[in-house]
Amino acid sequence: MKNKKNMKFGVVIFPGSNCDYDTYYVLKEVLNQDTIFLWHKDHDLKGVDAIILPGGFSYGDYLRTGAIAKFSPLMREVKEFALKGGLVLGICNGFQILLEMGLLPGAMLRNKNLKFLCQFVYLRVENPDTPFTKLCKKHQVLKIPIAHFDGNYYAPPEIMEKLKRNNQIVLRYSTSKGEITEEANVNGSMENIAGIINEKGNVMGLMPHPERASEKILGSEDGQYIFKSMINSWIK
Amino acid sequence: MKARVIVSFKDEVLDPQGLTIKNALHSLGYKFIKDVRQGKVFDIEIDGISVEDARKYLQEIADKVLANPVIEKFHWEIIEK
Repeated sequence: MKNKKNMKFGVVIFPGSNCDYDTYYVLKEVLNQDTIFLWHKDHDLKGVDAIILPGGFSYGDYLRTGAIAKFSPLMREVKEFALKGGLVLGICNGFQILLEMGLLPGAMLRNKNLKFLCQFVYLRVENPDTPFTKLCKKHQVLKIPIAHFDGNYYAPPEIMEKLKRNNQIVLRYSTSKGEITEEANVNGSMENIAGIINEKGNVMGLMPHPERASEKILGSEDGQYIFKSMINSWIK
Repeated sequence: MKARVIVSFKDEVLDPQGLTIKNALHSLGYKFIKDVRQGKVFDIEIDGISVEDARKYLQEIADKVLANPVIEKFHWEIIEK
């Protein structure tokens, strides 16, 4: 499969996705990658090399965020793809869907201040040895915005222990200088968690939106680190 | 047949909405309120299966769909046969 020039990305569209076109635009127009949309009702991944579950409000966040989307027809293929080692990135609502599907451990609670938070945040890279962060340095600080109501990450103690032990905590909310503080933990997540990866290292979820910070004109290009890391790890 | 499923946060999970409601009640003078936990109620109408099967499926549906077992617990009952 790797004799092709470019990596092929698939961006899944659910009813209620609203960052699908932003993600598509960044991958296709800014980073010049083959990128297609995948419709949630299909059963065909169309030969993509990586899948992105974009941000938004799939099914209006009814029941719980991501709870209905996990039953979409295409998610059977996405799960198989992930279990076989394919790269899957869940952004915001995509992260919530991965949690509901059980591809990532834990769950999301409502933000501690009960507010919808839409703002730039700073993230400290805890684990640069993943296909999603390999172009970052350890403890590098990224500036990427968040936009969510339910991003307050929760995991029971035994799962939190496991996440720490296996280095599965990839991104944490920090100050601009990379300090992990209570004030920087905008949504109240346990351990300031902003992004985690599965044990196998091929499925990652993060609440911040890298697709909204991939061009200078938008205030930050740090989001490119995530996508470029994926491209880089696919080439090698 | 009618059934009711109640989903609420597990005791160890912080419920920021319940906490806010409690604080509001306190500010209204209801100082005796010790704690509030917010949950969800699902009233479900069932047709064409036995009560026995309904019990089995309610347990399954609550566990698989209506509640997220990582953070939530549930309770169901058949309220009308």
